[in-house]
Amino acid sequence: MTDQPFAPVLEMTAVEHAYRRTVALRGISLSVEAGEIVAVTGPSGCGKSTLLHAAAGIIRPQAGSVRLLGHELETLDETARTQLRRRRVGIVLQFGQLVPELPILENVALPLLLDGHERASAYTAAKEWLDRAGLEVAGDTPPAELSGGQAQRVAVARALVTGPAVIFADEPTGSMDTIGGEHLLELMLGAARDHGTAVVLVTHDNVVAAHADREVRLRDGRVETVAVLR
Amino acid sequence: MATNEVVLALLRNGPAHGYDVKRDHDAWFPDARPLAFGQVYATLGRLERGGFVQILETRIEGGPERTVYALTDSGHRQLGEWLAQPAGAATSSADEIVRKTVAALRTGRDPGEFLARQRAAHLRRMRELTAQPPEGDSAARLARDHVIAHLDADLRWLELAVERVAAGHGTDDHHPTTPEEATR
Repeated sequence: MTDQPFAPVLEMTAVEHAYRRTVALRGISLSVEAGEIVAVTGPSGCGKSTLLHAAAGIIRPQAGSVRLLGHELETLDETARTQLRRRRVGIVLQFGQLVPELPILENVALPLLLDGHERASAYTAAKEWLDRAGLEVAGDTPPAELSGGQAQRVAVARALVTGPAVIFADEPTGSMDTIGGEHLLELMLGAARDHGTAVVLVTHDNVVAAHADREVRLRDGRVETVAVLR
Repeated sequence: MATNEVVLALLRNGPAHGYDVKRDHDAWFPDARPLAFGQVYATLGRLERGGFVQILETRIEGGPERTVYALTDSGHRQLGEWLAQPAGAATSSADEIVRKTVAALRTGRDPGEFLARQRAAHLRRMRELTAQPPEGDSAARLARDHVIAHLDADLRWLELAVERVAAGHGTDDHHPTTPEEATR
């Protein structure tokens, strides 16, 4: 499975999705270039998390197409999607979403281990990213003992450990105080800029959105405005 | 404060004399400092010399002389340009943002495009401030944080304005806009 060169990292075209009777996305088209940082904002319930889940292949939208790293997601089976996500995509969901049975070091090393990396090098990389994320707890700590902010740091470390081509982050600093959130955002976006990683960042926080190259603001499942900030 | 343009906006609802301008101004901005009569007449004089307003008539009805002013085409254009332009994204510009939005709604215009431009201008300024960590000590960082916090407060107000306008809670207080309309 090889990526097509020079194509946008993400290309969503006329994407629609509804949960039972609630329409979340009403014809969203969005293109993200390599290395670009895009903030998706909008009032509660505007569809921004659904957009992120559709872009990352976590949900299958009911209409439209999502092209991620050159792959039409609709045409990939579940195994191929999982492999694409594990190798090329970093995902940070609200509240961390860690594997509760595994200590945090293993949580961070997991994408590398599942992809067949050697155990020692996977743990070394995981340890390094946990340190860079500013986590001051031992690697064998279970996720249940972490605060919301600590869990988010672990989730960001896990998203960065594979050196992904694109990161999808849903309110990555939502449970953190201002200074802690600033540090984590600097880490994530600094790593992204260093490696030419694209970032799609869902946030309700204007200060977080102001780190982006472009703001895409949603309302009622549609793109309301696009502002170039760079 | 953009008194010139606010007075143009006040005249867009039809010809008026200085007293009307002052009364309407104070009603539009009840929390702002009331406009002094001296300021009203000085502004109207300045606008007339600039060709933005014209004198329609001067009435003397047993009391003091009353001059009725109306917008010229040039005044309409000037007002339109002012309403469309985002203010400089500085903490002192908040007052002007409110004035433009209220003036747009009071004169029957959709402020949506202005609000979107202003949001972008504020986010760009915030991005400049956050892109480079300030040099120096924590005091320098705190000074920057203060500016960012004010920009954030403005951005929240802009979001609220968009919501209120979308919900139709703006204003239905739209009056005739030209002397011709007023007399029709």
